[in-house]
Amino acid sequence: MSLPPYARDLNLVLCHTCGQACPLGTHECPRCDSVVHRRKPESLGRTWAFLIASLIFYIPANLLPVMFTNMFGSGSENTIMSGVMEFWSSGSWDIALLIFIASVAVPCLKFAVLGTLLITCQRRSQWAMRERSKLYRLIEIIGYWSMLDVLVVALVAALVQFRSLSSIEPRLGILFFGLVVVLTMLAAMSFDPRLIWDAEVEDV
Amino acid sequence: MSDHPSSTLTPSSPEVRRRRFNVSLVWLVPIVAALIGLSMVVHKALSAGPQIVVSFLTAEGLEANKTQVKYKNVVIGKVTAIALSEDRGHIDATIELDQSAKAFTARDARFWVVRPRIGAGGVSGVDTLLSGAFIGADPGENKDTEKNFVGLENPPAITYGQKGKRFTLHTADLGSLDIGSAVYYRRIQVGQVVSYKLADDGKGVDIDVFINAPNDQYVKKDSRFWNASGVDVSLGANGLKVNTQSVASILSGGIAFIEPNYTADKALADENAQFTLFDDQETALAPPDGEARYVQMRFDQSLRGLAVNAPVEFLGVNVGKVVSVDLDYDAKSETFPTVIGAVIYPNRLGKAHDKLLAQMGGEDDAKGAQLMGQFVRHGLRAQARSANLLTGQLYISMNFVANAKTVAFDQNARPMMIPTVPGSLDKLQEQMQAFVDKLSKIPIDQIADNLNGSLGQLNKTLENVNGQVLPEMRDTLAQTKKTLANAGDSFAEDSPQRQQLGQALDEVQRTARSVRVLTDFLGRHPEALIRGRLKDGKPDAYQPTSSTSRETDQE
Repeated sequence: MSLPPYARDLNLVLCHTCGQACPLGTHECPRCDSVVHRRKPESLGRTWAFLIASLIFYIPANLLPVMFTNMFGSGSENTIMSGVMEFWSSGSWDIALLIFIASVAVPCLKFAVLGTLLITCQRRSQWAMRERSKLYRLIEIIGYWSMLDVLVVALVAALVQFRSLSSIEPRLGILFFGLVVVLTMLAAMSFDPRLIWDAEVEDV
Repeated sequence: MSDHPSSTLTPSSPEVRRRRFNVSLVWLVPIVAALIGLSMVVHKALSAGPQIVVSFLTAEGLEANKTQVKYKNVVIGKVTAIALSEDRGHIDATIELDQSAKAFTARDARFWVVRPRIGAGGVSGVDTLLSGAFIGADPGENKDTEKNFVGLENPPAITYGQKGKRFTLHTADLGSLDIGSAVYYRRIQVGQVVSYKLADDGKGVDIDVFINAPNDQYVKKDSRFWNASGVDVSLGANGLKVNTQSVASILSGGIAFIEPNYTADKALADENAQFTLFDDQETALAPPDGEARYVQMRFDQSLRGLAVNAPVEFLGVNVGKVVSVDLDYDAKSETFPTVIGAVIYPNRLGKAHDKLLAQMGGEDDAKGAQLMGQFVRHGLRAQARSANLLTGQLYISMNFVANAKTVAFDQNARPMMIPTVPGSLDKLQEQMQAFVDKLSKIPIDQIADNLNGSLGQLNKTLENVNGQVLPEMRDTLAQTKKTLANAGDSFAEDSPQRQQLGQALDEVQRTARSVRVLTDFLGRHPEALIRGRLKDGKPDAYQPTSSTSRETDQE
């Protein structure tokens, strides 16, 4: 092994914020005063909690209408999936695809990835560790983009207000959807990717 | 857990103490999420209303998950699915009602599709032009609930809980009436036709009308209803009269009612009371006709112009109408007599009828025939008379004919045969003949001779006038002309009379001037009348005013 020794071997802890290597036992980073831990505290438990909460919220987010459209006196409520289907059947497959990816595919991907990461970390699996860490980076990046739906609804509801002619109002579903996105982001944040590699270390 | 760094941390670290809780506070987040989710499920389950299926003939304008069910424009449910029925005869719309809309599952609840409708009676559902159709609902009061309903194709005329009264009208045919046709009282719409159906025996139509409160109080037991559809044009002694309830009723039909002026029964009509629907206002307001009697008449003449429904008059009073005109053949005399059938309403005779009844002591068929026999003995005869010389229409007139030929009258024959006399047109011909005869008796030749002599005399007189009177007249005129010429000369520009007149006028002018001078002087010096005129050169002596003042200033 030509690799340098592990931090724990040298009794060092890395600051999460500024990256300063602090001696083990210090509670605050001497440089930036932030709390230091060896690993993110309760990482797996918190991630599980956020993931489960977001999964629960994902059900009403899909079942409840997200938007109420009132065109010339005829009102209709749309859930995310019914909106996708409506766009698809009316021929605008591109918009349908965009909405589908942003509001169905991405959250589902996040659930799957986080779930996989959590389970493998708990089982200290050494399977495809490099790919798993890549997946983690991916969901950290795309995490924000799931907010697209919420933004669209907020924008449209603010812009389309023509009294009786046509108006768009947000409905409860979009709140749950926003909560899902926030919770998955929190879950991704509370996950410590170094846990992936800990399995390797313990075995050594 | 394996990621716990417990092995390497000192026990005094505060982090260790915190980890004593097996359950981290972060688990509150999924617990709260689960609670919210659960509460929503429970709320949804509790607020889920009944589901019903309504069948319509067509799903035109209906959309699943979009079409709403409204009552008084409040959304009470939504169409969740639309499917063809198994026999493809209609469509089944599945409707999810709100929990508060339980009353709409009553067995007699009604559902219909509100679409824009444009009819003669008005326009409705305009708001659905833009918003699309919705389903209108009307709750029922039946205790039993129902899951499957048959939707109405037309909106119901009256809705649940509307105050008013329902009445049934009997009529021979529907005419142009329809559901929704207006019912007018003094030209104000107070109700409408809500349904109609054939009478049970098929001989007529029963029309149900609904009169809205509070106007239902004007329907009296004695009220008369008539069909006010179309335009009523009548030509009477006062000229042409056009009568209609409203423009809408011309197109879509209507019913009007009113209580007759002579009505005695002021009691309100009961709910579901039965009335007769008359053809027009006149017949509606006429006193009841009572029982009809059928009679026949046989005429030997042609009755061209006598139509069914022509009036039958008794001494000028309309007592009935002709119901049939048939040709008969008399083998004995080899002629074609016309047999007229007519109905007579004795009640129309009014007071006369009452008195006759009192005299006869009751009314029945035999007594009526007996009375008729009495009349015939007194000379009652039927006669076809011309009602209108232009169109040649005839009516039947029953009159007592003086010195009529006695005829046999069978009181027991049914129908009664009323004897006739030739019609008025035949009589007219006779009279014309008599008139022409008289005309031919006038001594026209003699009159012409006399006239000739008179004309000769006149001729002589005129000759006299021409020969003597006219020349003398001419001389007189010439004399007059001369006189007028003389008068003209004396007024000419250069005539001596005119010059003298001019001079005389000049003289008068001068005289007037001296008088003015004198009065001026006297006005200034009234003392001159007594003292006489002062000497000249004195300041106050008479001089032209202007020069006097100037000289005075210079001195």
